[in-house]
Amino acid sequence: MSIDSSLIDGSRRKLVNALGILALGSLATMAPAQSEDRVIDIVARRFEFVPDELHVHRGETVILRFTAPDVPMGFHLADFGLRTDIMPGMTTTLRLTPDKVGSFIFLCDIFCGTGHEEMNGTLIVS
Amino acid sequence: MRGLDRRQFLQLTGVGGAVFMSGLGGAARAADSLPGSSYEDFFFVQLSDCHWGFEGAPNPDAKGTLPKAVASVNALEQVPDFVIFTGDLTHTTDDPTERRKRMSEFRDIVAELKVKPVRFIAGEHDASLDSGTAFKEFFGATNYVFDHKGVHFIVLDNVSDPGARLGDEQLAWLADDLKKQARDARIVVFAHRPLFDLYPQWDWATRDGAKAVDLLMPYADVTVFYGHIHQEHHHMTGHIAHHSAKSLIFPLPAPGSQPKRTPLPWNPAQPYRGLGFREIEAESKAADYALTELPVQKA
Repeated sequence: MSIDSSLIDGSRRKLVNALGILALGSLATMAPAQSEDRVIDIVARRFEFVPDELHVHRGETVILRFTAPDVPMGFHLADFGLRTDIMPGMTTTLRLTPDKVGSFIFLCDIFCGTGHEEMNGTLIVS
Repeated sequence: MRGLDRRQFLQLTGVGGAVFMSGLGGAARAADSLPGSSYEDFFFVQLSDCHWGFEGAPNPDAKGTLPKAVASVNALEQVPDFVIFTGDLTHTTDDPTERRKRMSEFRDIVAELKVKPVRFIAGEHDASLDSGTAFKEFFGATNYVFDHKGVHFIVLDNVSDPGARLGDEQLAWLADDLKKQARDARIVVFAHRPLFDLYPQWDWATRDGAKAVDLLMPYADVTVFYGHIHQEHHHMTGHIAHHSAKSLIFPLPAPGSQPKRTPLPWNPAQPYRGLGFREIEAESKAADYALTELPVQKA
């Protein structure tokens, strides 16, 4: 797996940095998305990811594009060292190129309410 | 204990489960290097993850388990020096009024403990939705230190930040406190979440916990006790031992043993299985800790 880059909408970047809420995987860097990359939109709402099952091929680069309509959320895909905060009113984007197949759980890692502990999903790499 | 130390007593009487010896860096230290005159044998009790207010199939006796544990502590043959609850005193609720109601009820139940003092630390269910505001109203500060019979205890708060961070301010506070300690001081740290990456896939970690471990690493005799994962677990980061406690509401699966972090089912044939509390004995002569796991109720 390689995390080539990550980006947050340019119009929000300064604000995000100012708030100190940028928390990305250790290998993630700010970079523009490649237009040919497949984009998967994910809504992080109380208390579920929609969709909660993501299908990606090994070696395929995808852009995970997050929004949170309610409260601050987190996305953590520990097996790929990938995480970000997802703030209401912003679009947050992560790039993922998985290099291993299998099922990998991701979860919200910002305690968001009564259903927080059930807020998770699965990345399936084939 | 006179003639027979407490560990021998527990082993001989069969009270509780296995006694776990915490192998610490300090244990390897020459006994004669200990400033023995300042250390005394004592023991305390750790209870964790009571989740008062929880209702559900994983524990059909959710309202009865905590009072039973309190009664069991009160029935111990010897009185511990203190009791500490390592977080998730209450089950989370989005309603601030209900949160305070649960904390009030919890406080009333544990007021039945005969031993004093009773100390508390917060869990994410108590503190993550309001930055610890309600917890502080009922139980006081979320990070603090105290000393007892030659051991320096440090309580860390890795839950008031909903993102599971200690934060730079608290880390600076920890660094300042540690500067006051001798490098061979006996130090015990309490936290709710593990300070190391136990299993981040299930959020069993503290995002900046490694920074706390780095600060503690120069000290020869450090042990960490925590909760959060609802099961006994023992881990070493270098010479620092980390011990998690069982829950008093429902057990969780071993890390990574099943796809998702869902409670283990209640077994009517073995009620309260996987639940319990622990005694921790600090011995002056060995500079280590004996952990004794106890059930909610005696069989």
